[in-house]
Amino acid sequence: MAAPIGQPRVRLPAQVRAGEVIEIRTLISHAMETGQRRDQQGNVIPRDIIKRFVARFEGEQVFAMDLAPAISANPYIAFPFKAEKPGTFEFTWTNDAGEERKATAELKLA
Amino acid sequence: MRGWRGAAALPAGAAAVLALAVAAALAQGGGEAPAAEPVRAIPDPQSGLEFTTPETRAIQEDDFQNPAFLWVEEGEQAWNHPEGAAGKSCASCHGNAAESMRGVRARYPAYDAKKGRVVTLEQRVNICREEHMGAPPLRIDSRPLNAMTAFIGLQSRGMPVQVDISGPARPFFDAGERFYNTRRGQLDMRCGSCHEDNYGRYLRADLLSQGMSNGFPTYRLKEQRVISLQFRLQGCVNDVRGEAPPMGGEEFTNLEFYLAWRAQGLPVETPSVRR
Repeated sequence: MAAPIGQPRVRLPAQVRAGEVIEIRTLISHAMETGQRRDQQGNVIPRDIIKRFVARFEGEQVFAMDLAPAISANPYIAFPFKAEKPGTFEFTWTNDAGEERKATAELKLA
Repeated sequence: MRGWRGAAALPAGAAAVLALAVAAALAQGGGEAPAAEPVRAIPDPQSGLEFTTPETRAIQEDDFQNPAFLWVEEGEQAWNHPEGAAGKSCASCHGNAAESMRGVRARYPAYDAKKGRVVTLEQRVNICREEHMGAPPLRIDSRPLNAMTAFIGLQSRGMPVQVDISGPARPFFDAGERFYNTRRGQLDMRCGSCHEDNYGRYLRADLLSQGMSNGFPTYRLKEQRVISLQFRLQGCVNDVRGEAPPMGGEEFTNLEFYLAWRAQGLPVETPSVRR
């Protein structure tokens, strides 16, 4: 049984000029269970990780990442982005079971 | 405390005489005469932050990157969420936590006259739940309780730790001090064996801190979650191969009280990040 994907946090800089390279930062609550651990009865705790993260800007994929079991719980993902125009980011985290969690953020230009 | 190590070095007979003398002094005191002002072995304490790596420090100093803020957000939601038979939330009585909870983490654990003992912040939350909300108590060190104490603790961030050990609280402080200074476990170590005699030195790959409690509850990278102070204390006792008393019990509560006094003056760092 995969645990539900927790609450995501997303942050964009507040004051952005056109052409500026900004850092998009995300954090999501997730156990990232490796599948290597055993419970007190000795049974393997099944693997349950976020395996894919995708960021889209105005529908177009701008960043994607495959995650592996060695990545810590509550993964923090940050990436640079060149801000050309205002628009909407959509971030998607997908777990092993294929369940998705989405968050959106507005990019505004000063 | 330094004096304790002196006492430990005395021959058994002398130690027994000393113990009798202390007992006699306590009996004479009868609670009327003010107990001697305790002296801190580390007069100018350093936060555990000083003993972390630059990478860990960077996570703590960035509230967005600090994963403990996931817990803080859960705590904030719970604060406003009615629960229990009385249909009340924390906010029903305490309103805006930013005002009502400011300074609370800095002065806890505190003596509770109604209970007649010292209570931790965790226990205080559970007392509120049981007596005012009609809700079941949360398990000590459980995620919802750590979320609540992280949220409440954050409201005191930056304020100096300042606990009241005077009057009726004093016997609980003394009990905490005794626990701190008692050698235990197969390694026969007292808390100060690491955190007073050897802080700043390496125990294998670990840089020993002074064991200051001003950052709890803390996001512990090893556990990959927010932990309570008493969970960490259990780890410490297990590390010296001792048998840890239960979390939320009398021994650890008194010890937590003593530890808060040791850390007095340090700013609250809740929710901190540690190795």
